[in-house]
Order: sequence, then structure tokens, then C-alpha cells
Amino acid sequence: MIRRLLVANRGEIARRVFATCRAMGVETVAVYSDSDADAPHVAEADYAVHLPGNAPTATYLRGDLLIAAARKCGADAVHPGYGFLSENADFARAVIDAGLTWVGPSPKAIAMMGSKLEAKALLADVGVPMLPTAVEPEQVDTFPVLVKASAGGGGRGMRIVRDRESLAEAVAAARREAASAFGDGTVFCERYVERARHIEVQIMADSHGNVVTLGERECSIQRRHQKIVEETPSPAVDPSLRDRLCQAAIAAARAVSYVGAGTVEFLLAPSGEFFFLEMNTRLQVEHPVTECVIGVDLVRLQLVVAEGGPLPFNGPPPLRGHAIEVRLYAEDPAYAWMPSTGTLHRFDVPGVTHAFGPLPGPGLRLDSGVADGSVVGVHYDPMLAKLIAWAPTRAEAARMLSNALARARFHGVTTNRDLLVRVLRHSAFLSGGTDTGFLDRHPEVFAPLLSSVDAVRLSCLAAALSGAARRAKSATLPGLPSGWRNVPSALQTVVYEGPTGTIEVGYRLDRSNDLAAWAVRRIDPEDIGLPGAALDPAGSPDHPPAQILSATGDQVVLDVAGVRLQFAVHEVGPVSFVDSSEGSVTLTELPRYPLPVAEQPEGSLIAPLPGAVGRVLVVPGQRVAAGELLLTVEAMKLEHPVHAPTDGVISDLRVTAGSQVESGALLAVLTPA
Amino acid sequence: MPILNSALDPRGPAYLDNREAMLERLTELDSALRQARGGGGEKYVTRHHARGKLLPRERIELLVDRDSPFLEICPVAAWGTDYPIGASVVTGIGIVEGTPCVIVANDPTVRGGAVNPFSLKKTQRAGQIARENRLPMINLVESGGADLPQQAEIFIPGGAAFRDLTRLSAARIPTVAVVFGNATAGGAYVPGMSDYTIFVRDRAKVFLAGPPLVKMATGETVDDETLGGAAMHATRSGLADYVAEDERDALRLARSCVRNFGYNLAKTYGPEPKYEADDLLGIPSADLRVPFDPREILARVLDSSEFDEFKPAYGQALCTGWGAIHGHRIGVLANTRGVLFSAEAQKAAQFIQLANAAGTPLLFLQNTTGYMVGSEYEQGGIIKHGALMINAVANSKVPHLTVNIGASYGAGNYGMCGRAFEPRFLFTWPNAKSAVMGPQQLAGVLSIVARQAAEAKGHAYDEEQDRTMRFMVEHKVEQESAALFLSGRLYDDGVIDPRDTRTVLGMCLALVRAGENDANFGVFRL
Repeated sequence: MIRRLLVANRGEIARRVFATCRAMGVETVAVYSDSDADAPHVAEADYAVHLPGNAPTATYLRGDLLIAAARKCGADAVHPGYGFLSENADFARAVIDAGLTWVGPSPKAIAMMGSKLEAKALLADVGVPMLPTAVEPEQVDTFPVLVKASAGGGGRGMRIVRDRESLAEAVAAARREAASAFGDGTVFCERYVERARHIEVQIMADSHGNVVTLGERECSIQRRHQKIVEETPSPAVDPSLRDRLCQAAIAAARAVSYVGAGTVEFLLAPSGEFFFLEMNTRLQVEHPVTECVIGVDLVRLQLVVAEGGPLPFNGPPPLRGHAIEVRLYAEDPAYAWMPSTGTLHRFDVPGVTHAFGPLPGPGLRLDSGVADGSVVGVHYDPMLAKLIAWAPTRAEAARMLSNALARARFHGVTTNRDLLVRVLRHSAFLSGGTDTGFLDRHPEVFAPLLSSVDAVRLSCLAAALSGAARRAKSATLPGLPSGWRNVPSALQTVVYEGPTGTIEVGYRLDRSNDLAAWAVRRIDPEDIGLPGAALDPAGSPDHPPAQILSATGDQVVLDVAGVRLQFAVHEVGPVSFVDSSEGSVTLTELPRYPLPVAEQPEGSLIAPLPGAVGRVLVVPGQRVAAGELLLTVEAMKLEHPVHAPTDGVISDLRVTAGSQVESGALLAVLTPA
Repeated sequence: MPILNSALDPRGPAYLDNREAMLERLTELDSALRQARGGGGEKYVTRHHARGKLLPRERIELLVDRDSPFLEICPVAAWGTDYPIGASVVTGIGIVEGTPCVIVANDPTVRGGAVNPFSLKKTQRAGQIARENRLPMINLVESGGADLPQQAEIFIPGGAAFRDLTRLSAARIPTVAVVFGNATAGGAYVPGMSDYTIFVRDRAKVFLAGPPLVKMATGETVDDETLGGAAMHATRSGLADYVAEDERDALRLARSCVRNFGYNLAKTYGPEPKYEADDLLGIPSADLRVPFDPREILARVLDSSEFDEFKPAYGQALCTGWGAIHGHRIGVLANTRGVLFSAEAQKAAQFIQLANAAGTPLLFLQNTTGYMVGSEYEQGGIIKHGALMINAVANSKVPHLTVNIGASYGAGNYGMCGRAFEPRFLFTWPNAKSAVMGPQQLAGVLSIVARQAAEAKGHAYDEEQDRTMRFMVEHKVEQESAALFLSGRLYDDGVIDPRDTRTVLGMCLALVRAGENDANFGVFRL
């Protein structure tokens, strides 16, 4: 029996495993890097061991440190979670050699499935359908193809190539990325199926020879090969197809004498054919949807199996209803999925009834690695949380999920929330028309969620009014009406940087704190403070009539043309987060008195996002041509190129390979030729 | 504390008539304020903006803390005179970095911001407020100096402005001058006498004599910048402490000066009255001969409408008692029936002494027609008793605030702390009037005196001429007793909307209380 278990991971998956441990009476051990010292997963564990440093290679990828940590705390088992060392056969072996229980399949099974090329050869022999594959780029004869890392997973290093010309560069980049991410630069090319769906089968096998399938999951909605919406059952899978998929999955598992939780991934072509993609020898991120409709705790089953126990069933359990999961990422879909970092000042999803374990009945489950005040850094995956809805039907689950997301408050970092809501409400999604090209074909889902122009205006007004209401707490004459004048002249003004640009809000309250006048307009930041530019209090307003029903420092209730609207205002320094049923707006107040600032030299090249400088291909004084690749910034698994905007000479170079840079940092200066 | 019970019937004809009359007066006030805000008129405002400059009120709005109150003082100065309403300068009390400051801003759209006799009085009144209440003084300077054709009325008394400025400094009340444009000749001494000076680059021009006069005097040919630009004063003469990049930057610098003063205003709260301030419009009688109960006003001004009346059964024509406004304790003296008798005068004198013993500021709500006349009262010593009250008011050491809510006639004006008795602040309601006596009485007196003179000389009295004379006099006195007329002559600190009374008094009480603490400021440069 496992008495004390170390989770060699962080964030929501560590919390997920700990939750089941608690329920089963297993003691818990967490590990943490420098920046995770205050993370929730550390606080929730019975014991925690510090892994000095931040880079994954110094912390969560250090098998030796993890085993030492387990020993130090007297742990007798290790759960790897997903990612990091979860599919590292050497680590599994080291854990077992250290006399600890490894919660996962055998190192041999991991190794066989870990090499995609070997796995494909093995499984083709037992009749699992395969896509045509080439190991060398020269062998490719039909396009498009997908370049994949043999050791990879989760989309890292994957590239679609549509013509021979770009193949070499793509292969080279994929090799680099694979080498840096997995320590193995082997890549291969595979036929790329257009409009394919991603379907995977959850399997569970015990050491007594039972291999059971627990239904399929569809994870077709992906961004850059990373899943963001996952559901079960798949709208594209009927009982007969499910049966064939499950048979193939069982064949794959049996081929490697698999024990534990695993997932066999398939590509489903529009024709109904399906092909083996890979087998993940670990618990998947999206396992909660299976837990909902099957009614099991997969982590509990993992522990039971690791202890040598039998599975509690020997055939596939019935499916109950429909479950959908979304992955909430700290990233900006509208800006090339740019990762967003910073302090998560508020993280609140309404209506959530459960976390980190199966739902007892239809409802919402939230598995999150963050809490109010968490800092989202550059070192790890930007996934903040998973939100899962389980309902009798797919449409009900989608509605429940999109509504909870839309009403949630995520303050401090940009998230993909709006995109997720738009996907869940999209007619193509609701009719089951999902495939891996969904986002490319439906660019409309990238639009912000705000319902109208007036929503932005009213949110600005609400933010300003809550600021005005906060005067009641000021040290000087707090009891007097906000902004009182015996000779009113101009409106009180606040300038915000908001979703629609720079916005000036003007307002005047009368002696009873009612709204006597207001105006909101877009302005050119250069025009701020220009004489006479102040809002004309008598000017004809082009906005709906609004009255204040109540206003405090954190909530403003307006009557807008006869409809009562509530705005929650959360102010953090100069930033106001305004949430209402009309949507969420983040407003940054511009200083009333901007300080004179030094201007960046012309030709400055700026870091597009926070990260580490990858390759530096130029030296100071070097002449470069427009479009030439100068250097790369690596962040969040992706390599962001910095190209020369014009022909010119590198007159200043501020970084070297490996430099950590903040977003907006000066990288180099290019003097145009 | 007892809570005042209102007997007001807001549907009664008296209330509705009074309200209508008050709204009419408020419309007149609005129109005067609109003219004041208009400065030198659209043409000059547009020209000023086109030069990249802000209007005085725009400068003030940028200077003061957002959402903070701003009390403009004497906004309709020069009303009813040949000078523009507002007297080419905006003065008031605003909150800068949490610190209440007296702000004086020239209006360069009005004859180049030139100083006329009313500008001078208004500026001096602002200086007095700063001195009495120990408030930092911020001058937003852009003025061509004295209005030369009027120099006879300005030049000699005008020196007091500079004297007062440096006396503030000597009293350790900080002074800041922000120069946006011209500050020539005498004007140059405003920055010259200030503790902190901020000049706007390429805009400030500070010299004793401009290039034309220098050419005349010495033959030197020189440009504005060399003679008195911001850069020169910052690097050569040392007159400029800071150079600002533009107007907004100058106001930022002024705020950062004030931040260093380390001023602390006590944080006080007072519960709102139980009754609506809006009712105040219908309480004062449209016909001033009809008395009204000031307790109805107190019920809408005092914290929680609580009022502890002192000697309620004695001298009932004057109501005295204790209450609070925005958390500040005050003693109140309010006329209930216009006339002051001996008992009222004695009660007032006693009450003022009690307030002095307790160090509690006093609020005078004036609605008086004066001390009672007639042989019975003269024999009863009304002059003696009135003198007692005037003596107490004149020598009282606690801060006084006065609001004229109706009539302020005769010696009653003195006893109820009129302007000459230097209340810290004096405001007038739009319906209020003040004069030596009522217009009819005054005309009647003149008529009687003229009739007696005619009879003494044995002439027949011309009744027709008498009617004309009385009509003319009544009309003139009526006009000259009106709130706007008095405010135009700076006999008050402004005509206020009755609904703002609690706000205005709350702000003033906070200021007068803070001013009692001499240790508010640290050491600053002299």
C-alpha cells in the first residue's frame, strides 16, 4: 500500500493528484521551484521540498533531485503527473530502482511508445491503422506533411509543411526544438490529413491482464497543435466506430503489455477512416471529462493499479451524459497566442461546485493551479486552469461552460477566455463540426467578447465612477460630495488605455452624487491635455442615457436607458478590471501628469514577449537585409523570430544567447541603410 | 442629542411660492456665473487656446486632486460694475495632494489678465483667507500687470498684495508661483515673493520692464527670452526654481511642491441630516417680511439633524445651540423673528462666551431686521445690550462663519457678525438682502425728513415729487441690497445655492480647524 506519495510536478496536476491522495488517506509530498514557493500545490501538501532554480532543466526535470526529495520525506511512491518526466523511461526506471512505487506504466512500455517511429512499426504489425510516414525529408513525395518530433508530445516541434521548398527549414527548426525540449532531435514526416478530427481512447490496464477502455475523447479544437477544448463522447463517434477505436486501442496497449492509465490517440479522417497517432503513457490533461461521464476517479485507479490491485470492472462502463473541458491559458489569441505574464489579481469562476475530482452530478468542475494573487511567470506552461462542465446533453454542457466562463473574473493576465466562449457558442461547434482546422476556418472566434461599443463606454464610465466614489475614503474632506463645485466648469476626466484604444471619460456628479453629465470618447494620446480639448460638458452626448443607482469603490450600478446593469470594478494600481454581464474590460489609467520620457532610438528592435534570447545570428556592425532573421526569443515552448524591418547595419546589440528579456526590452538597434 | 423635527409642508402654497422665487434668484446666479466662466469672451478664449494655453479654470482643474471639492471664492466679483464679472481672476480653495490650498489664477483672456480694482480686492481677500486659515497659497500667474488707465485706484493699495505674500511666507505658510506667461513689472514680484517658483519653458516672461521699455530707458536691444525667459531665470537669475516643459508639467511640479509641505487635515465624518437639502429652496420666505424658522434650515444642514438648543425659553427671537457639520462641532446663532431685543442680545453674548470657553467655532445664520426700536426699548437699554452682543462678537476668538439666509439690516448685521466683523467666511443665499434698513423704511425716513424740512421752512410739500422720490429710492436700495450686488462688491465670499450650504460650511469648518494648528508645516525655504 502506498503511504506517502511524491508528485513530481506542479500546478493543477499536482493538486489533482493530492486531492485523490487526501480522499484515500495517502500522505502527500510536493516539490517546488523558486518561483513556485507560494503556489497552491505547495501549501496543500503535507511535505514539500524545494528544487532550487526556475528553469525546468534545473528543477522539475531533475530526476535525481526528485528521487532525493522523495527519500528525504520518506515517500514510498512517485506520481509524475503529465509533462516534465511523466513519459521519461529513465526516470521511471530510476524511481523503481530507488525502491519506490512508480505510478505509471513500465519503463519498457514508456520507452517503446516514447519513440513514435518504433511504436508505429510495432503497432502496424498488430493491425493498428497507420498514416504513411517518412523519416528523411527526401522520402516525402506528397504534401502536405506534418513534421513531428519522435520523442515529442503536446504538439511541441510540430509543423505543417505544404511544399517542398519550406521542408528543410521546418525540419531543421523542429529538430532544434525537439532537441531542446526532449533531449532527442529525431523528427519524422507524416501524411497530413485535412479536416481531420483528433479522437483518443482512454485505457486503463491492471497487472492482472485486464485492459479496459473508458470511452473516447475528442480534442479537435487546437491551437498550434495544443488542445484547448476537449469533450466526451465525440459527436463524430457512433457506437460502431467507438467499438473499432476501442479495439485498436486495446490492441496497442496489449502490444506493449501496458499497465496503468494511458491514452491512444487517433486521427479521424472525414471519410471515417482513422489512423494511429501516438500513445500517451500517462494521465492526460483532459482526463476529467472521462471521469465525469464514466463516473470514476482515474487517479484513484492509477494508485490502485500501482499497488498491484485489480481494476473494479472488466468491461467498458456505460457513458452518462456529456462532458466538455476547456483549457484556460494565460495568452492572447489575437496576438499570435502571445503568452501573458504577471500577477493574477483575481481568479474567480462562478457556479463551480467541485474541483480535482469526479463530479457527483451534472455541474461545473474547476481544476486550477492558481489562486488570487498567483504570479504567472515565463518559466512554465501558461495553462491556468481547466474548467469542465458535465450535463445530460452536449448543448447543455456547452451552454453551462460558456456562461460560467463569460461570467468569470480573470484579472491581471490576458487569457483565451473570450475565444473559448466564442468557440463554445459557435454554430459550427454546436452542430458538431469540429476538426483540427476549426480556429483557422473560423477567425470570428478571435473577436473580443464585448457585446457592444456601449459596453466599453459604460465600463469606462463605471470605472471612473467607482474611482469617484472612492473619494469617500480619502483623507481630505471625505464627507463632501465627490468633485463638488460651486461654479461647475469642466467635467472630471480620466484617460484610460482600453480595448478600443485611448479613451477619455468625463463625468460630473451633482450635489446628490447623481450623474449630471458624462461623455466618453476616443482620443489620440498625443492630444491629452491639449488646451480646449477637455470634454465639453454641454456637448451633445452620443451615448445612452445613464443614471447612477449606486456607486461604491468596487461596484457601480447604472440604469442605462431603463435597464439595470451591474459593473464590478476591481482596481489594482492604475488598472481597473470591469466585469459586467456585457463582458470584461481591462482599463489602464494613464497618468494625469505624464513625466517627460527619453525616446527609444529609431530602428530599435523590441522583445515581442518575455522570454529568453535563443539564437543570435548577428554581430554589432553587421550589414543585414530587410527580412533577415536577426535573433530569436524563446518563450513558452515557441521560438519567436526577430527579423530586420529594413536594410541596415546593426549599430547596437544589447543581448546574447540566453539573456532573459522582458516584453518591450530593447534587443538591438538597426540603423537603416 | 435632540433631533430637530421638521414641520415643513412641501405641498403647501407658501413652500411652493418660496421655492419658485428662490429658483428665479438661482437662475440669475447661474447667469452671472456663466458670464464669469466665459472670461474675456469666445474670441479671446479661442485665441488663448490656439496659443496652446489653458484657461484659468482648466489650470485649476488640472492642479487639484481629481474628484476633490473646489470652492470658488467671490466668483461674481465686480457684478454690477463696469468691469467684467469675476474681475479677471479666479480665486478659491482646492485640494492639492490632499492639502487644502488657496488658489489664485489670473484670467489672461480678460484684458490680458490685467488687474483692476476688483481683481485687487478679490486677490487680497484670497490672501486673507490663506493667512487666517494657514492655507498654502498657489498663484497661477499670467497677467499684464495693472490695468494702466485705472492705475490711480490700484497702484498704491496694490503693494499690499506683495506685502501679504511675503508675510504668508514669514508666517511659515508656503507660497507657490507658477508662471504661465507674462508677469511683468509689479507682477514679477509674485514669483519674486514666493517660496517656490515654477516657470513654463518658452512661455514665462518675467521682467521689471519689457524690451520696449528697456529700449526707451537704456537703449539696449534685447528679446523676451534673454530678458526674462524661463531658461534664463532658471540658469542665470535664480528666480525660477523649476522649469516646466509645458503647462501640464508645470502643474505637476506645483503638486509635487505641495506634497512636500506635509499638511494633515483631520479626517472627520458626520452623518447626513435626516431631511432633504432640496427642501431648503422652499423654506426662506419669498417676502422677507415674513419670518421663517431657521431650525428648518438647521434640520437640513446639521449632522443627523441633531441640535441641542441653548436657553430655548429665553430671548426666543434668537435661536442658539450646539450641533455639528461633517463632524465639526459648532455653536449656532440664528434669528427666528427678525428683530433682536435686549434678551436676545444678552443671550447671544452669553452663548458666544460659552463657545469661546469651549473653543467651538460659531455659525451665524443672519435673518434680522435689526435691534428693536421705540421708547420702551431705548429705555430698557437696547443700545447697551446691543453693544454687549456686538462687543462679544467683535472680541470672540473662535472662528466665525456667517451665512446671510434672508435679511441683514441695521446693527443686526453687526451683531450677527457681518463682513466688518471679519467672520472667516461669509456666504449669501440668492434671496438674501442687506442694507442699513429696508427700502420702504429708508424711503419713508427720507420722505419724513424732507416733509419736516419743508414744513419747517413753511413750504408746501410736493406729494407728487415725494412719490417719485420714494419710488426711486426704494428701487435703488432694493437693487443695492441684493445678493449679487453685494457679492459684486466683495461684501461676501460668494452667493451659494442653499442646497450647498452643508457642503460649503463643512469645507470651511475643516479649514478653520486645521488652521488652528500652527505645527502643520515643517521648515521650508524663505
